[in-house]
Amino acid sequence: MEFGSINPVLLLASLMVAATPIMLAAIGELVVERSGVLNLGVEGMMIVGSVLGFMAATGTESAWLGFVVAALGGAGLALLFGVLTQFFLSNQVATGLALTLFGLGLASLMGQGYLGVKAPSFPDWHIPLLGDIPVLGPIVFQHDPMVYVGLLIVGGVWWFLNKTRGGLILRAVGENHEAAHGLGYSVRRVRMLAIMFGGACAGLGGAYLSLVRVPTYAEGLTAGAGWIALAIVVFASWKPGRLLLGAYLFGGVTVLQLNLQAAGVAIPVEYLSMSPYIATILVLVIMSAGGAPGSLGKTFHASR
Amino acid sequence: MTQAGHDRALMVLDGLTKAYPGVVANKDVSFQMRRGEVHALLGENGAGKSTLVKTIYGLVKPDSGTMTLEGAAFAPGDPHAARQAGIAMVFQHFSLFEALDVAENVALGMENPPPLRDLAQRIRDVSEAYGLPLDPARTVGDLSAGERQRVEIIRCLLQDPKVLIMDEPTSVLTPQEVEILFETLRKLRDEGTAILYISHKLEEIRTLCDHATILRLGEVVATCDPRATSARDMAEMMVGGSLHVPQRDVAIPGEMLMQIKGLSVKSPAEFGTSLKSIEIDVRAGDLLGIGGVAGNGQDELLAALSGEITAPRGQIFFSGQDIGALKPDARRSLGICAAPEERMGHAAAPDMSLIENAALTGRKRKGLTTKGFIDWRKARSFAEEIIERFDVRTPGAGNAARSLSGGNLQKFVIGREILQDPQVLIVNQPTWGVDASAAAAIRQALLDLAAKGAAVIVISQDLDELMEISTTFAALNEGRLTKPRPAQGLTVDEIGLMLGGAHDMEVADV
Repeated sequence: MEFGSINPVLLLASLMVAATPIMLAAIGELVVERSGVLNLGVEGMMIVGSVLGFMAATGTESAWLGFVVAALGGAGLALLFGVLTQFFLSNQVATGLALTLFGLGLASLMGQGYLGVKAPSFPDWHIPLLGDIPVLGPIVFQHDPMVYVGLLIVGGVWWFLNKTRGGLILRAVGENHEAAHGLGYSVRRVRMLAIMFGGACAGLGGAYLSLVRVPTYAEGLTAGAGWIALAIVVFASWKPGRLLLGAYLFGGVTVLQLNLQAAGVAIPVEYLSMSPYIATILVLVIMSAGGAPGSLGKTFHASR
Repeated sequence: MTQAGHDRALMVLDGLTKAYPGVVANKDVSFQMRRGEVHALLGENGAGKSTLVKTIYGLVKPDSGTMTLEGAAFAPGDPHAARQAGIAMVFQHFSLFEALDVAENVALGMENPPPLRDLAQRIRDVSEAYGLPLDPARTVGDLSAGERQRVEIIRCLLQDPKVLIMDEPTSVLTPQEVEILFETLRKLRDEGTAILYISHKLEEIRTLCDHATILRLGEVVATCDPRATSARDMAEMMVGGSLHVPQRDVAIPGEMLMQIKGLSVKSPAEFGTSLKSIEIDVRAGDLLGIGGVAGNGQDELLAALSGEITAPRGQIFFSGQDIGALKPDARRSLGICAAPEERMGHAAAPDMSLIENAALTGRKRKGLTTKGFIDWRKARSFAEEIIERFDVRTPGAGNAARSLSGGNLQKFVIGREILQDPQVLIVNQPTWGVDASAAAAIRQALLDLAAKGAAVIVISQDLDELMEISTTFAALNEGRLTKPRPAQGLTVDEIGLMLGGAHDMEVADV
């Protein structure tokens, strides 16, 4: 292979941007699954977030407001999932799939007037001092703020799950909901909050695609990113650190294969497009250890 | 009785009533407990013991009636409130989280836990003070049943409870572990804690408890001093009638039926126990009892014998034929039937009717299929035969298995296998959670089957049951089986040593 026309600094810099939407959606889903709920509607929540965020951002000319609205929209859609699965005890798998289909339809309806419109600009931060470090500066410290917000969320989730009592209760609910209920913890409340957090993160991930990564609105913009986020959660063994690695790996190979395509490497484009998925799954499968939360996907009913 | 000694009573329950649709779980239940008293709560399954303790622990709200704790009205809205008021509870089915470590499990059961590092030190202190060794950093999934119970007890002790509720605490312990538990409880009692003790084991209650309240169908039917009442009298108060004691005819061992030679299989479960070099010979007419504390390979042994786990060549023989590679269906055709421990979802499909459940295992041996199609009329008459012969209380064979009570479903499951006329029958926990009269009927049926010339292997944690029915006894410990010994003449100490697992325990110095 030839790397002659590929600038490694630019490549590594765009890796962080490419990884951010999946990382955001996956960290939300990780929290949801640690609480024992399997929400397969990530793709749907992402695309609704992407269109709502885009509408709000173009309407107000503020990308920040777009992200806020996208998070609220994702959380709202997740609330629907939560009410159906936690209060009406519907099947989580079927409801999650329905949520994805519903979200895709809703997004394409709402996005009708916005096809091809350009997103308001969301300038990169040039972090003083750190951003001036040669090589490392452009790679790590010259991105848009959402890249760092995403990293902060991942770090915050790690801290919450492992260091706080709230995180311990959330893990306990996901591990054995009967026992958690017996000790007096509200399984439903913990799970509703986790589901809403997951929806908000998925919405942010979707909005990052339409406002920063692309940055315009197009039909079917997410193109399976939600599914990859779900897969990364599983292969990361439900651990935030591994999830970060998985997301960066996926982002890295995505950027690399795009660069290889542009450089005209003599490998069929289809193989290159496949490569991020295969590489991520392979690496994480080899690394994966540790089981799923004990109550994952099981319906909880507080029996007498 | 609630009027006398109000001032001395720590906790008073007065007229507690709780009704569910179709059943009154508690009806006007009143009794009181004093400081430093071990109070037994007795009753058959469905007598309302669980509802009562859940009421005290704040999980159930009574329809009427009041509770008083230290002279003040006590009506906990949830377990947090109950714990804050000084109530602690050790659950029958452990309320533990397998993937979390000991300290995290303890923290979850406390109202205001200290930071995890301080908590680990306090766990060590308390576990030493009460002679219950426990490493706070270990993952609960790797602990034995006895160690898991220590986690629950230490969780309670750390809160200095005024009232400690123990729901069937000894069902998973060896005799030595029971002795250590009793030492701990006596120490707590001497410190002034009131203990509400629920158990089916009447001899234990006679050694430990000062008072007993007996419930039947949700009502208090009697109170007694267990030290001055015989176990048989207490059992009859619980049942409300006389008890049938199983009879056994001494049979002369017949031809060799099943031989297990050095059986070693890996457990399919994540926290399971693998079997190591198991040796078993059973002859026609044998009734082999296999004791052991839960989680020492019972489920795996049943699965290996029934064919759910297949074994390498040369390890399992039936009448001289190597059957290690055969699946349950093929073994059933040969005459090896099995009834696993978990009734709902393993021995029976909960949402299927009794007819369907009868057809599921009886298909081959009862000839319930013709040309690959199930003959539902035959299946129904087979189900009805089981219901009649084993006194299964249900409105009809068309009812879902889920609708039956535990004891009735167990009678159905055991009856279904026995009526297939097996040559070898393997059962795991045949009377777990079954009330006394149904348990006696099941034991009698197992004895009758052996007397007819079948070999029966009973895996159970109830040592009294095994001593009552088995001809030979062996014990499982960490996946190893002791050499079988004649059951007659075994002493409790010998059995305890066979069960093992007591090596890392020390009695609390009181």
